[in-house]
Amino acid sequence: MKTIQEIAYHIRIDILKMLNAAGSGHLGGSLDLVEIFTWLYFKEMQHRPKEPDWNDRDRLVLSIGHVAPVLYASLAHAGYFPKEELLSLRQLGSRLQGHPCRNVQLPGIELAAGSLGQGVGVAVGMALAAQHDHSPQRIFCIMGDGELQEGSVWEAFMSAAHYHLNHFIAIIDRNGVQIDGTTEQVMALEPLSDKLKSFGLHVEECNGNDFFDLENTFNHIKSIQNQPIAIIANTKMGYGVPEIEGNNQWHGKVPNNEEVVRFIQTLRK
Amino acid sequence: MKSWSCKALKATKEGFGEGLIIIGEKNPDVIAIGADITASVSVNGFAKKFPQRFYSIGIAEQNGIAIAAGMALSGKLPVFASYATFAVTRALDQIRISLCYNDVHAIIGGAHAGISVGPDGATHQALEDIAMMRVLPNMIVLSPCDATQTKLAVMAAEQCQHPVYIRFGRDIVPDFTDDSMPFTIGKAQCLKEGNHVAILATGHLTWESLQAAFLLEKDNIHARVINFHTIKPIDKQAIIDASTTGLIVTAEEHQTAGGFGSAVAEVVVENCPTPMLMIGVHDRFGESGPSQVLMEKFGLTAVSIAQKIKTALSKQ
Ligand SMILES: [Mg+2]
Repeated sequence: MKTIQEIAYHIRIDILKMLNAAGSGHLGGSLDLVEIFTWLYFKEMQHRPKEPDWNDRDRLVLSIGHVAPVLYASLAHAGYFPKEELLSLRQLGSRLQGHPCRNVQLPGIELAAGSLGQGVGVAVGMALAAQHDHSPQRIFCIMGDGELQEGSVWEAFMSAAHYHLNHFIAIIDRNGVQIDGTTEQVMALEPLSDKLKSFGLHVEECNGNDFFDLENTFNHIKSIQNQPIAIIANTKMGYGVPEIEGNNQWHGKVPNNEEVVRFIQTLRK
Repeated sequence: MKSWSCKALKATKEGFGEGLIIIGEKNPDVIAIGADITASVSVNGFAKKFPQRFYSIGIAEQNGIAIAAGMALSGKLPVFASYATFAVTRALDQIRISLCYNDVHAIIGGAHAGISVGPDGATHQALEDIAMMRVLPNMIVLSPCDATQTKLAVMAAEQCQHPVYIRFGRDIVPDFTDDSMPFTIGKAQCLKEGNHVAILATGHLTWESLQAAFLLEKDNIHARVINFHTIKPIDKQAIIDASTTGLIVTAEEHQTAGGFGSAVAEVVVENCPTPMLMIGVHDRFGESGPSQVLMEKFGLTAVSIAQKIKTALSKQ
């Protein structure tokens, strides 16, 4: 039985190999979300990889479709589809489209996403349906921090609070960067926690690259009633590969053949 | 030949509301999502009858469509209705990706379609919604001709497996079809035979086109009138058959560019090149005024349609 750290380590290796093979894609965010995805798929969520449409499953809704590699690698490691398929990312005919797609029959994909600020509203819709059906399922919505600049995000938060959707858990990848620079340069988000609280969300902050912190946070939110939850997960873009950590140049870049070897050799364990 | 008579004057939006209640009774998964103008778009009847299945999301159309997509992905059949200008234009990105790319079964009701909306003026008169909806893969586009048919359209939409857009109007108009007329998505209805010209009409302009055809009979012009309650998937065969008359006229309360007329023209140029006359709104916004006066001004009444057809035929 692999430890959660070992699983994360191997998911990172696959992400690096996938993006190298694909020749395009988004490395930085995919890497910094590995702990969160690993925690959700291997510890937190009620789900059945061999029965992906199980009605009462918890749902992971990826609102930032550009980090599809971490979703695909996590799903494959969790047993939704063969890991061999990972290297087909972005190729013609692949089920692993550049951004997640539902009509290619890839098990485990909850929705197609790629236009920022939409998945969160979809997640609210799923949480409303869960509440309507008195289902225990929880909806984990993975969001970017730059994405919070979309107005539709705040419409979604407002409605989640209005309906007291404690089935809804937004996990914000607070890596502080986006394509044009830092979020505070491009369009400031701070004071983020206050903004979220004022919209009626229960807010937690944690280190999104630390399993112990994630465990504590996810355990803590189980006691929250009648309120949607936002977890500001502070991460470092590119986390795991010391050479590129915190460098937003790697938001939309992929490793070449030499880099992929070097990055894997220097991966944090 | 069947002659059509007006049973009552009734807004097509009323048919939408009636249809919603019917599918709500039949299907417990039907959920309505309201965006503040619930009564104005005829969702209030459903909300009153099934309060547990009505969710108000406020003035937030993008969120309304995204929530609809989420509900549909969780096994519900959501119905989101608002004015077509807002439901469609404001939320186009959400419709494109969250509804259409995911290919979920959801219904969008687009109210206040066309210039017959009247006094509210251009901001509220949807004249581009057909164009925007019909280019989206997986989307089904319905544009029923009267209140009874709008009710049947909702019932047909409940049976689909894809996103469905239903367009309807605000003003009272003749209700002339009946429940016994089968509503099959993608199947146009020939309401009047004729072989001198074929009028292909949709929405409110189907009634006007029928009246135009009877006016033309006085001049011994036999016009065929075909009702296209479905704009996508379009009934190709009905268009190809209509081309044998030698003149295809399209009639819609919408921009001709990209709208129903364009949809027909796409079939015509590929399959049966035939002269066409497109009646509709030509690259301009609407304006305020009484509904009937606007219809006259924009040349969308029976008299105007008949006149345009006579002119077109005289040039042939
Ligand atoms: Mg970021």
